[in-house]
Amino acid sequence: MRVPRYWRNIPFRYRLVGWRCNHCGTFHQEKPIICKRCRHRELYEVELPKTGKLVAYTIVQSTPKEFNLVSPYAIGLVELDDGTRILAQLTDFREDELREGLRVEAVFRKIRVDGEQGIIEYGYKFRPLIE
Amino acid sequence: MARVTGVAIHGYGGYVPRYRIRAEEIGRIWNRGDPELPVNEKTVAAPDEDATTMAVEAARIAVKMAGIDPRKIGAIHVGSESKPYAVKPTGTVVSAAIGAGTSLLAADLEFACKAGTEALQLITGLVETGRIEYGLAIGADTAQGRPGDALEFTAASGAAAFLVGSMDNAAVASIEAWCSYVTDTPDFWRRPNDRYPMHTARFTGQPAYFRHIIGAVKSLMDNDGYSLNDFDYFVFHQPNVKFPLAVAKSLGVDEKKIAPGLVADVLGNTYSACSLLGLVKVLDSALPGQAILLASYGSGAGSDAFVIRVLEGISEKRERVPKLSSLINDKIYVDYAVYLKFREKISMR
Repeated sequence: MRVPRYWRNIPFRYRLVGWRCNHCGTFHQEKPIICKRCRHRELYEVELPKTGKLVAYTIVQSTPKEFNLVSPYAIGLVELDDGTRILAQLTDFREDELREGLRVEAVFRKIRVDGEQGIIEYGYKFRPLIE
Repeated sequence: MARVTGVAIHGYGGYVPRYRIRAEEIGRIWNRGDPELPVNEKTVAAPDEDATTMAVEAARIAVKMAGIDPRKIGAIHVGSESKPYAVKPTGTVVSAAIGAGTSLLAADLEFACKAGTEALQLITGLVETGRIEYGLAIGADTAQGRPGDALEFTAASGAAAFLVGSMDNAAVASIEAWCSYVTDTPDFWRRPNDRYPMHTARFTGQPAYFRHIIGAVKSLMDNDGYSLNDFDYFVFHQPNVKFPLAVAKSLGVDEKKIAPGLVADVLGNTYSACSLLGLVKVLDSALPGQAILLASYGSGAGSDAFVIRVLEGISEKRERVPKLSSLINDKIYVDYAVYLKFREKISMR
């Protein structure tokens, strides 16, 4: 089941493209039939900004086996420049850099590799912004 | 080869990972001292990076600089010798990640360290004939050196992308001419199921690197009416620091014209991205009107040489993205053990 699920989510995983409710503004990663918050029927496609700030983060010490190579890793709540909040893995950071309010940017990374023969799942992570 | 007409670079992007390992740290493990070290340090891809992710990062910078709608891109060629898949194209992933359309020629290329410049030649041809409006040429590699081998000091990771289209007033640089020089020379190879390449040391220098680069450069001079004095910068493939300096010396090129595009000392040899990252670095500071001679080298063997002239549009466009030097200078050093982990050289079974 992993390949179809990965494939379906490519627009959001690769480019942060999803659907926003025309009525209440709620963002959805996959196109719902009606808004999951206000049940409005009109949604429009939107590409989220690729920069934002770190609102909160935690270091995951006890990681699933498939994340051994990046262990321990960090998960952050990122508030993008348009106010949308998303959860993301953080990458390429020194531990002393992480703090609330840190400016971050989306990068394209390997998220999960299905063994020696399976698919390589790509997607977004966030790293400290390079200016 | 006739000169190219009406083709220009509209955006370019260089990407290197944040991690570095110092050559002396590799030398500490394998008992090699300072005078033998070919570079100061090299880039190390993070465990969540591969040639495809770096190709995407470079492409995003190039598209942002160009400021064009990515759906106008008609071809993406990615040159790499470290494709994450044996069978599954890289160009399609890049296309989806930058938001290009589906009416697109996506093809991957391999020719050791010169696959990236081949991509640039093919895109140039497609634009020149009017077959596509814009095309993206990318060189990207996570080069592998066998632990303890001489290549381990230099085999590095990086990517460079060039968004090419028809000439207009906003273009960054024109591509005036290109030519190639190839022979069947067994200096370096990797068989399909092997992880690390083999190389025949006695072939590496004179019969391989020097013969082909000088052959390609001379062909440009003799057949396209250029003289070495016409150029403000020279960028040669950089498997180490010594070779590009030596080829410049044998051509009689002033070291000052090659220094701005030298990146191997701080990045290592980024294979398909190597000479193109040198070009990115030069473009980051070159002035409109200046001319650049670029010559790649790929084992097996061949060299692609280009004449590139900087245009007025560069001044405004290159301010849209961070300079390559900001990526080069922003680094985290790792020791040899972390390097082994990151590059998956530790057997977990």
